[in-house]
Amino acid sequence: MLQLKAISKSFGGLQVLQNVNFTVPQGSIFGLIGPNGAGKTTIINLVTGLLRPTSGDVVFDGQDLTKVQPHRITRLGIARTFQNIRIFKEMSLLENVVVGMHEHLHYGAAGLLFNLAGFRTAEAKARERALELLSWVRLDHKAHMLANSLSYGEQRKLEFARALATEPKLLLLDEPVAGMNPAEKIELMAEILNIKQRGFSIFMIEHDMRFVMELCERIAVLNFGKIIAEGTPTEVRSNPEVIEAYLGKEDAA
Amino acid sequence: MLEWWDGFWAIYSTVIFGLGINAMLALSIYLTLSCGLLSLANAAFMGIGAYAASMVSMQTALPFPVALMASAALPALVALVIGSPTLRLSGVYLAMATLGFGEVVRVVVLNLEITGGPMGLNGIPQKTEWWHIVLLLGVTLYCLARLRRSKIGRAFEAIKEDEVAARLMSVNVAGYKLLAFVLGAVIAGVAGGLNAHYTFTIGPGNYAFENAVDILTMAVFGGTSNLIGPIIGSTALTLLPEVMRSLKDFRLAANGLILILVILYLPKGIWDPRRIHAFWQRHPDKKSRNLRPDTARKAG
Repeated sequence: MLQLKAISKSFGGLQVLQNVNFTVPQGSIFGLIGPNGAGKTTIINLVTGLLRPTSGDVVFDGQDLTKVQPHRITRLGIARTFQNIRIFKEMSLLENVVVGMHEHLHYGAAGLLFNLAGFRTAEAKARERALELLSWVRLDHKAHMLANSLSYGEQRKLEFARALATEPKLLLLDEPVAGMNPAEKIELMAEILNIKQRGFSIFMIEHDMRFVMELCERIAVLNFGKIIAEGTPTEVRSNPEVIEAYLGKEDAA
Repeated sequence: MLEWWDGFWAIYSTVIFGLGINAMLALSIYLTLSCGLLSLANAAFMGIGAYAASMVSMQTALPFPVALMASAALPALVALVIGSPTLRLSGVYLAMATLGFGEVVRVVVLNLEITGGPMGLNGIPQKTEWWHIVLLLGVTLYCLARLRRSKIGRAFEAIKEDEVAARLMSVNVAGYKLLAFVLGAVIAGVAGGLNAHYTFTIGPGNYAFENAVDILTMAVFGGTSNLIGPIIGSTALTLLPEVMRSLKDFRLAANGLILILVILYLPKGIWDPRRIHAFWQRHPDKKSRNLRPDTARKAG
């Protein structure tokens, strides 16, 4: 579904990604792991169009994304959450999610100005759908509260709901459990499985090994801008290069 | 009674007209601020609208509505042209670029033959009636209120809060910023056209730096989280100099002092519904202070 072909990215003289290749299959949870500074978030920024690759192609459903504007990439069916949560804090939960439906609200200037039937039904439907999405992450009872009154874990769940509102085919999660306590992690794990079971494909970047190993069907490992391993969690776990990247090399004693 | 009214109107009609015009100007900058743009070009757009409308009225026999349309169309056109390069800037950089644009407009108007150069335009027919201002202010308020409740208003707010997140919610950020900028220019331009048709004379100095700052001050003073704030702000700042006439030479100083106090203690403006709401929640007893405790409990 999503394919990275020979992606390289450098910032000035700093080469962040070198010849990265992998494919995110449809209908599964694919994980990308790697130590700090390996280039994981750069990959998500390349896929969502916030950065452009120095060379290589990002292909989604057969279409090359490397020259497409970020807001158009979202329309094609890719949504994301952010490592440092970026919700609209001064808006209500409901409004946050309805912003995600921006592209799916079709009404003209006349409908908007004169409050015509088409405008009213479109807005009412959007609100209804937003409440449904909030109920998926069990936040519907707080729909009319301001987003900045939520706890950290709840803000992340609101981000999920907002991302789903864009009606994506593929959901990118950038370190979803960063900064969460163990209870919140377990809850989020359930939410992510829940989302996957509703038919969304998920591509996740994560630091927390246990979290990734339990959730993902396939995992790629990135270290110093290169993919060093790819496979099922069991394969990756026993790969000597991966162990070295995470735990360091054993001294030849 | 009627005599009293005639006298009052003769003295204060300019102030009353000014209330409406300033309300429109405050709303024009509210619109760009609501999209997170600190643009200070509104005084210049007001000037472009004023000159466009006045020239239509003075050099052609076309009716007033056509002049007002010109005062909307020309600023919109100019906003479209300068919008796409300048709106890439954000924060103070945009403020500086738009101030620069204002200065360019002033100097151009000062040196052109058809705008009357430094003398400005004199003898503009007095066509603006009070109900023109009420009507157009009403239309502006209605349209902005509708906009706020739609996906456009939400897109503006999302851009103001987090541009990157808004873009990844498939909001065309550059497009919506340009829309806010152009609509703001239209409102300011119409206000300029209306203003020119009751002041009789306009000049290049009327739409310069101080006016740009005045417009911003009105909106910030009132608060920009909703439509009522800019109206309250513009009304207060238009009436304040009149109310403080007894202070004579210290009027401007007192004006400045009040502004500083508001910015310091009410950073979101004097009309901030959330703060007002929170205040009543924190002090529920204030509403029923005059009631005896037992009746207060019943009322609560």
